[in-house]
Amino acid sequence: MEGWIALYIFMLAAFTGIEVIRRVPAILHTPLMSGSNFIHGIVVVGGMVVLGMADTTAEIVVGFIAVFLGAGNAVGGYVVTERMLEMFKTSGSKNEKNKEAS
Amino acid sequence: MTLPGLDFIVPAAYFAAAVMFIYGLKGMSSPVTARQGMIWAGVAMLLAVLVTFVHPAVKGNYMLMLIALGSASLLAWWWARIVAMTDMPQMIALYNGMGGGSAAAIAAVELLKVYSGQVALAPVTIMIASFGAIIGSIAFSGSLVAFAKLQGWMRKSWRFPGQQIFNLAVFAATLAIGAWIFIDGPTPMLLALFFGLALLAGILITVPIGGADMPVVISLYNALTGIAVGFKGYVLEIPALMIAGIVVGAAGSLLTQLMAKAMNRPLSNVLFSGFGKADEDAAGGPASGEMKSIDATDAAIQMAYAEKVIIVPGYGMAVAQAQHKIWELTELLTSRGVKVSFAIHPVAGRMPGHMNVLLAEAGVPYDLIFDLEDINAQFPTTDVALVIGANDVVNPAARKDTSSPIYGMPILDVDRARNCIVIKRGQGTGFSGIENLLFFEDNTRMLYGDAQKVAQALIGGIKALG
Repeated sequence: MEGWIALYIFMLAAFTGIEVIRRVPAILHTPLMSGSNFIHGIVVVGGMVVLGMADTTAEIVVGFIAVFLGAGNAVGGYVVTERMLEMFKTSGSKNEKNKEAS
Repeated sequence: MTLPGLDFIVPAAYFAAAVMFIYGLKGMSSPVTARQGMIWAGVAMLLAVLVTFVHPAVKGNYMLMLIALGSASLLAWWWARIVAMTDMPQMIALYNGMGGGSAAAIAAVELLKVYSGQVALAPVTIMIASFGAIIGSIAFSGSLVAFAKLQGWMRKSWRFPGQQIFNLAVFAATLAIGAWIFIDGPTPMLLALFFGLALLAGILITVPIGGADMPVVISLYNALTGIAVGFKGYVLEIPALMIAGIVVGAAGSLLTQLMAKAMNRPLSNVLFSGFGKADEDAAGGPASGEMKSIDATDAAIQMAYAEKVIIVPGYGMAVAQAQHKIWELTELLTSRGVKVSFAIHPVAGRMPGHMNVLLAEAGVPYDLIFDLEDINAQFPTTDVALVIGANDVVNPAARKDTSSPIYGMPILDVDRARNCIVIKRGQGTGFSGIENLLFFEDNTRMLYGDAQKVAQALIGGIKALG
């Protein structure tokens, strides 16, 4: 790929990343970290490409590791973020009702 | 009219995925749209993975691909489901480490291909691949150490004199080998040394960092993995990887700074403060004095006749789900004319923002909740500081003991209140394994038990006063 174009892509992506989360409230720091952790799980795609190109045993073994680790990143990252956002959702309080009973 | 070919469909799908990733991340920065954003990102991921099976460069090994995808997905899904909510931070570390490892492994395959002469990469590409390899390896081993520490598999913060210089030397050696590879071309020997040293560097950097700083460190490694992934995108010529990786890298860097700032601590302090300062077992040193306990009835009386009470919630409140009882207690005290406020440390509960959400769920109004900077000055005029399952964030060792791993971390100065009551499940140390000097102070009383039951007992005690 043309190096300058790549540099432009990197530059624009970096600004996008900063702008997109600039005003994130502190309570979302952890879910956002988890969500972005999921997004770089896209590396699994790169792993699949190198495994798909691999010929020698060494390449195949390392390529397999790349896909395995990348898939773990993506799936684990997704489930963890989902569970976290679940918890951050306010769920009308059920303890409120028996308050006077005690 | 002919149907568009694969050479159109594959890049188009990657492009769509990149758009959805950015849109999803945007959604995640607001509480209302966070879940929706996550779904967008999930769809993007699925699309990108599916279309890669027909990527023009992929020639075979489909079976292996499916096995790797399937087994890793199942394992990661299963573990992420069963793990307790409270263990989430280390799971982020683990999965992040896997991403970094994947990026490093991709670099290894590419460099092996250059060695065997199947692929001729431009010098710039080799350099970018090598940098991605270093960053990915450090993120991998560093995250695994962070995981092991949070999981409690590795309690000690391992330190030795001259550690910082040693680490620097290891890092410099990694760069030197990288330069050698760049000039002479990769050989398996050099590559093994290169990756070995980079992995070692990640371990060495992370090992001395204390538990309380881990969220910031994990966030940093998260950003590093993003950058490594972006670099791999360049090497493999997949712009979607470049964009997703660098967006995460940039967002993650900003997030790391925000978190460090929330802890009132420069990042360099988090990374290097532990170095070369003290002997190894500073964490386990026994404190002088003894812990004095109190029962709920006495504690209730103390609070009921106080003028000003500050409640400091922590991880223990989250575990016991005690926030509703605590709010009931607060209302009861307020009706007796006691002034009650809540003090929340930026990293209380191990996840920034965790406490705010729990208290909001219980109906505590925002104007009763204060940040560290806003409330610390008030402790000396406070009659009772009620600490509910918080530990490191109220440990005066951070102020007093230069040898403590948490020395320098801003804390809530509950020890300066006239009386301090600590609700705690047992007598052990917190998850960082650091002895809490607060528990041995003369004005501190320990109230043992599950936070929810204790809160109930306090409510009963106050009601009994009439």
